Amino acid sequence: MPNISANLAGIKSPNPFWLASAPPTNSGYQIMKAFDAGWGGAVWKTLGVPVINVSSRYGALNYKGNKMIGFNNIELITDRPLADNLREIEEVKKYFPDHAVIASLMVNTREEWHQIVKDAQNAGADGLELNFGCPHGMCERGMGSAVGQNPIALETITRWVMEVAKVPVIVKLTPNITDITEPAKAARRAGADAISLINTIQSIVGIDLDNLVPYPVVGNQSTNGGYCGPAVKPIALNMVKNCALDENVRLPISGIGGIETWRDAVEHLLLGASNVQVCTAAMHYGFGIVREMIAGLEDFMRQKNFETLNDFIGLSLPKVKHWEDLNLNHKVVATIDSSKCIGCQLCYTACEDGAHQAISVSVDKGVRVPQIIEDNCVGCNLCSLVCPVDNCITMERRDDITAPAETWADYAAKDKAPTTFNDQRGGGVGHWNPTPKEAWDKRKNNR
Amino acid sequence: MPEYQRPLTVAEYEQNFAQIKPDMSATMAYNESARCLFCYDAPCQQACPTGIDIALFIKQIHTDNLQGSARTIYNSNYFANICGKVCPTEVLCEGACVHNHSQNKPIEIGRLQSYASQHAISENIALYAVPKEKNKGKVAVIGAGPAGIAAACELSKAGVEVHIFESKSSPSGLALYGVAPYKITNQEILEEVAYLQAQFGFSIHYNQPISSKEQLAKLEADFDGIFLGIGLGATNPVLANTQNWANVWGATEFIEQLKTDFQKVVIGKNVVIVGGGNTAMDAASETARMGAASVKLVYRKSKEEMSAYEFEYDLAKQVGVQGIFGLAPAQLLGDNSLKGVSFTNEKGETVEIGCDMVVLATGQQKQTQFLSQIDGLTLNKQGKIVVNEQFQTTNPRYFAGGDAVNGGAEVVNACAEAKKAAQAMIKTLFS
Ligand SMILES: Cc1cc2nc3c(=O)[nH]c(=O)nc-3n(C[C@H](O)[C@H](O)[C@H](O)COP(=O)(O)OP(=O)(O)OC[C@H]3O[C@@H](n4cnc5c(N)ncnc54)[C@H](O)[C@@H]3O)c2cc1C
Ligand SMILES: Cc1cc2nc3c(=O)[nH]c(=O)nc-3n(C[C@H](O)[C@H](O)[C@H](O)COP(=O)(O)O)c2cc1C
Ligand code: SF4
Ligand code: SF4
Ligand code: SF4
Repeated sequence: MPNISANLAGIKSPNPFWLASAPPTNSGYQIMKAFDAGWGGAVWKTLGVPVINVSSRYGALNYKGNKMIGFNNIELITDRPLADNLREIEEVKKYFPDHAVIASLMVNTREEWHQIVKDAQNAGADGLELNFGCPHGMCERGMGSAVGQNPIALETITRWVMEVAKVPVIVKLTPNITDITEPAKAARRAGADAISLINTIQSIVGIDLDNLVPYPVVGNQSTNGGYCGPAVKPIALNMVKNCALDENVRLPISGIGGIETWRDAVEHLLLGASNVQVCTAAMHYGFGIVREMIAGLEDFMRQKNFETLNDFIGLSLPKVKHWEDLNLNHKVVATIDSSKCIGCQLCYTACEDGAHQAISVSVDKGVRVPQIIEDNCVGCNLCSLVCPVDNCITMERRDDITAPAETWADYAAKDKAPTTFNDQRGGGVGHWNPTPKEAWDKRKNNR
Repeated sequence: MPEYQRPLTVAEYEQNFAQIKPDMSATMAYNESARCLFCYDAPCQQACPTGIDIALFIKQIHTDNLQGSARTIYNSNYFANICGKVCPTEVLCEGACVHNHSQNKPIEIGRLQSYASQHAISENIALYAVPKEKNKGKVAVIGAGPAGIAAACELSKAGVEVHIFESKSSPSGLALYGVAPYKITNQEILEEVAYLQAQFGFSIHYNQPISSKEQLAKLEADFDGIFLGIGLGATNPVLANTQNWANVWGATEFIEQLKTDFQKVVIGKNVVIVGGGNTAMDAASETARMGAASVKLVYRKSKEEMSAYEFEYDLAKQVGVQGIFGLAPAQLLGDNSLKGVSFTNEKGETVEIGCDMVVLATGQQKQTQFLSQIDGLTLNKQGKIVVNEQFQTTNPRYFAGGDAVNGGAEVVNACAEAKKAAQAMIKTLFS
């Protein structure tokens, strides 16, 4: 049985799955239910001066039959009095002493920060998370992402917290910034114990085309919100990777953003996160969704013979290189398994119109299986990505795998890299390119 | 059997003839449309006789552009809702859907098509800018079946004044009087035709059979061109003296009676259906659903040689119809009342099957007698009207389409042919 217990900067939890600070962690009642359902930790909905929220707060991006592949909100921090939250933190810790309860905090002045840090610690919080990420509503008041986007402010405020903190401090970062490592380095300089990322991404999720008001609609107005859910995972993974690889960050990471399944969680861990936090998936499916995450994680570890999370945290990081370090000799081409092909010809039209004209279809309408023109295939993957049938188009290796790898620099050293506008060493030279006239001759719309 | 009781009320009738392609809810349509792959050079479209841009109209349903979706459908096929429900989609678009080649179910194209077109019908959306003043010329259409109405729509859209002469008192031809009631309700058929007529503004003159040379001469004098959409005629008589028996029916006549007033139809206890085409399958299902205790479908050749689609035979079997093969009908048995039918098997022996009702689904005759009155009009050996690629007959002022040309196919074929014919009429007669 693999051991899935997690440790983020000294904060221990029975598993790496924490609820992120958000509506699922509004109250002690919810967090008790979540722990009972299997969650390993919870970051309390951000504490501070209680707010008043607007009615109609969320919007969603749906795709094909799937609801909420992206999720957007214009909600603020907690709307409940601090004393109620503190009392409930204390109570939850009594029932679940081994689970991680983290207090998320967002206030203004040094005095307020000192006060609220002490209050949270007295209530028994296992750690503190500083919310420098909320991209709507709070930032206009100089809090949330207004802090996260300003490394100096972030460093200053984190120092205020460190002056009184007795439990580990996690700085939560906003992705609404060009270089995520800048605020991460500021957190490190200030002495924080860990970082968590990402918070939501500023967004407008869509517009009601009947009355032209963006979602979510408040009367006949709206505002930009924060974007999260499955669609943001790629952005989160890249930012986690950037922080994990940066020599000057070197802080434990709590990975957040787009985690709905065990696979998403494992990907965050492989890129250096010590644990993960989840919001949208719990809002979509309820706390029970953690069953799938825990079971999947354990099965993955059994299959790969990993005994603890540390056996694979960060394991994909050495495989992420700069483009210049990649092997230019590596060559794959698309291959169609005609026994699996259902003849939709999406690969054909994708390659024909969107790639390199490396797929042909038969003039005989009865024959629907396309053919790869290997000489023209650049190995871009597009056809295999659009093919609706699993494993029907595979990319096959065509270069000599025993030959040494050569990077751009190697090419340049051997005078194989193009340097002038009409250089005959360019990658596309030698590919068959139909002429514009050929498209004219085939035109369907006579103008 | 018997799975069905004789329906006494309209509600019971509707239950016995429950729709096999019921209307989709918005959620169903959204989810089903999500599955469409938007295939390149889509095989479903190639398989549609009217060539509807299926991938496009399905995508438009998914993006909640129902009006655009309906327009995409009507652009190719004026019987949009009707065809969605009555087309043999299993052998047309849905049969060609690429999903058949994986383990997935094909997209329910017919139901999606009806979903989008019903939106246009129920909201009475004007999809086209049809000229109010019809000053392009005049065309007479004989027959208000699918072919005649489709031709009228296409001609009216181009500004041609169209008058349809129809012998019956309702439009839609066999779509109304022939198509099985579990595929579509009469009301829906009439609603779509009313929608089309309101939008395109052609006239239908009911109870006006065109039968004499004089009538034809008048039409030729009053109109620039004539479209023949007359369909087929009565059931082929294969047995002697059928008209002497009250409970011996030609299939199309029986079905017309059923669809006009089911209360009046007398159904036997033990029914024999003679024939192996789609009409035979329909008549078998229909008598079973009307409460017959036993329905035997008797075909002269083997099961494999039946011209009916496999899914149509399956539909009949599902309601308890029993197929008997290799028996050719010889004569009706009984003195004062029907006792049965005698058949001849492959060895030449006589086989008798007892019954108290017979439905002969032995094909429809062609209207050769009427057509022979048109000067210069050539019919082929089977009595079908000979046309060129433009659906122009050998009398250049007459165009034709539908069952009268193809010998009896589907509603969708009639619509496709009539549209082509109308386009050719616009070209040759008015430009
Ligand atoms: C029992 C049965 C079931 C069927 N089921 C289906 C089905 O499920 N799906 C499907 O797609 N197709 C089905 N069909 C076939 C389909 O109904 C026909 O292919 C289609 O209706 C042909 O259209 P049409 O306009 O050519 O002819 P018809 O529909 O036959 O229309 C001809 C019209 O012309 C009128 N007419 C004829 N002669 C004259 C005249 N001299 N003067 C004035 N008016 C005249 C007739 O009264 C009629 O209204 C079925 C047919 C039958 C018989
Ligand atoms: C409605 C809503 C409210 C949120 N409120 C907070 C908050 O109060 N404090 C905070 O740090 N993050 C807040 N977040 C951000 C989440 O904690 C999390 O960082 C983000 O949703 C990304 O994770 P996900 O993709 O699993 O949803 C909120 C998110 C949502 C959807
Ligand atoms: S890999 Fe790219 S270039 Fe090659 S066939 Fe596929 S789409 Fe075309
Ligand atoms: S995309 Fe896949 S299934 Fe479709 S035609 Fe190409 S190989 Fe066949
Ligand atoms: S063949 Fe099927 S999946 Fe492809 S476009 Fe047609 S309906 Fe859609």
